[in-house]
Amino acid sequence: MAYLELNNIYKTYGQDEHATEVLSNINLSIYEGEFVAIVGFTGSGKTTLVNLINGLLEPTSGEVLFKGEPVQGTSHERGVIFQNYSLLPWLTVGQNVFMAVKEAFPKKSKNELNAIVAEYVEMVSLTPAINKRPKELSGGMRQRVAVARALAMKPEMIIMDEPLGALDALTRGNLQDEILNIWGKEKRTALLITNDVDEGIYMADRIIPLRPGPNATLGPEFKIDIERPRDKTEMNDNANFKKTRNAIIEYLMDIGNERKLEASEEFILPDLSPKDFVNQFK
Amino acid sequence: MKQSITLGKVTKFMGLGFLSTLKDLFTGKLEKEDFINFLRKVVVPLASVLLFIGLWHMGSQSLYNIEAEFKIEKALNDQGPAAAEAMRECIASGDVSCKPNTLPSPAQVWDSYKSLLRDHNIISADKAAFIEKTAALNEKRIAEGKDAITYTGRPSFVDQIFRSLKTVFAGFLLALVIAVPLGIFIGLSPTLKSSFNWFIQIFKPVSPVVWYLLVFMIVKTLLIDSNEDSSFTISFISVGLCSMWATLVNTAMGVSSVDKDYINVAKVLKLGPFQKIFKVVLPSSLPLIFTGLKITLSVAWMVLIAIELLAQSPGLGLFVWEEFQNGANDSNAKIIVAMFVIGIIGFLLDRLMLTIQNWVSFDKTDAI
Ligand SMILES: Nc1ncnc2c1ncn2[C@@H]1O[C@H](COP(=O)(O)OP(=O)(O)O)[C@@H](O)[C@H]1O
Ligand SMILES: [Mg+2]
Repeated sequence: MAYLELNNIYKTYGQDEHATEVLSNINLSIYEGEFVAIVGFTGSGKTTLVNLINGLLEPTSGEVLFKGEPVQGTSHERGVIFQNYSLLPWLTVGQNVFMAVKEAFPKKSKNELNAIVAEYVEMVSLTPAINKRPKELSGGMRQRVAVARALAMKPEMIIMDEPLGALDALTRGNLQDEILNIWGKEKRTALLITNDVDEGIYMADRIIPLRPGPNATLGPEFKIDIERPRDKTEMNDNANFKKTRNAIIEYLMDIGNERKLEASEEFILPDLSPKDFVNQFK
Repeated sequence: MKQSITLGKVTKFMGLGFLSTLKDLFTGKLEKEDFINFLRKVVVPLASVLLFIGLWHMGSQSLYNIEAEFKIEKALNDQGPAAAEAMRECIASGDVSCKPNTLPSPAQVWDSYKSLLRDHNIISADKAAFIEKTAALNEKRIAEGKDAITYTGRPSFVDQIFRSLKTVFAGFLLALVIAVPLGIFIGLSPTLKSSFNWFIQIFKPVSPVVWYLLVFMIVKTLLIDSNEDSSFTISFISVGLCSMWATLVNTAMGVSSVDKDYINVAKVLKLGPFQKIFKVVLPSSLPLIFTGLKITLSVAWMVLIAIELLAQSPGLGLFVWEEFQNGANDSNAKIIVAMFVIGIIGFLLDRLMLTIQNWVSFDKTDAI
């Protein structure tokens, strides 16, 4: 039995004439300990999909099963890293993490909780900034706080919505390694949403494209058969990597072209030519 | 990075930025490009104050002349030329009995201000002497279980100011205690919001006078057995009820419009209802709540004067009313002094709230 299972999911926003069906017929199975990446264009419905899985949204029809049980609301078993950090600006780094840890482990003493906070803040190398507020941090640092907050709750499954999208390449690489480290060490299940194919290939066991919305649905999956731990520079020369990468990019480009084709069919421009302004002034 | 608190930062924080420009001027630190700024921020406002005083002086002078002219004319018509001449002399001599009663000049107002201060010093000294004299007696009376004798003399102008401040703060606290929790409940529940909406819309525009009368009706009956002076109670409750609406509306709005991202965080962390309110909803709506409180305090101060006057509760409002009724030769000047004091205190209260507001709010755009 799959660890997380999505069966015939449809999600519609709005009602009656304003209704748009963002997701159509989504089927997905993730197994325990797996690292799955979903790639897709902006606006295709990735965040919507994530919110259905973490329990912030309910599907219009279909079912989301987590460990065989239907998902009802959020749960500490599923940790979330939001696309836009979502730190509470009036709390410091330490307080933001503490708040989460305290909810996740209500029985632990304050000292134990503080130890967990310190451990995870250290893990994302933010110990010197532990007493700072989010507005004093750079984007990369804020995202690391969000990572620490989600991981410190020790969720069984971790759901990441474009967690590294806003970061520079260097910070991005470091955080990818940190996330992989924790995933490998504590054998959690992970779902990563990304718009970067290379990131998906580097981190995931499987990549599944989400076709552009409305009526977005999942494309065919691509297995990444590259041994772990992976090395970025070595990977570039790996024949398997190149093949997979090309296949995925080709698939995405095809969707992109399809979309363009549809667009050009729909909007036929009127046959007008510009007036000859130069002659008018002679 | 260590943050140091400098005079510049503090004054800027309190909206008194021109003070640091003044300081720079005297310490010679003023840059050339700052000079324009200095002109705009210090010289021009100062010039406008002088212009204001000048116009006021001229205005009061011409009103004085109109009034004098009229008095002489009247004497001439009623009693003949001799009386008119006597009146002219009397006015020229500045005698109190025939002084034209009109808008006082700036100099007269300044004199009244000084005389009010002098009066305050005399009353304070008197009070201190009284307390000293009765100290021993009071001890004995308290030992015997009787009430102590208290000073019952006339309150000075400064005492009236403090009485007014006391009333306004009591009213403000009442508004805070009612409007903030109520606003939170209304903001949290759409049902409560729609059921309270008519109530807010109808009572918000009601004038202070009507609030006073309403409170008077109720409090008078409630305190029917007590022979204590209820004027203070009535006036602070009226002030609170009049001024609480801005806080109520702003709190409800702040609470109902918390950023969706923060609500999602609360959901994902599975915060309980109390945690959610105190850790997420309230902090995020604090800036709006404070905007409301700021308006509430300034409204409270504004309506206070009218309410004190109606309630016959000691304070600046009553002072103004009594001076007006009393009609002594410097009454008008004293009223103008009170007007300035009211304005300046209102301004300071506003600054105080602004300072607290800057203190508690965070920059939303920076944070996400
Ligand atoms: N709450 C909402 N109400 C209506 N439409 C929404 C809402 N949230 C998202 N959408 C729409 O659904 C589509 C997918 O959005 P989203 O899931 O955020 O995409 P992605 O995360 O892939 O960029 C977009 O067209 C967006 O405008
Ligand atoms: Mg998104």
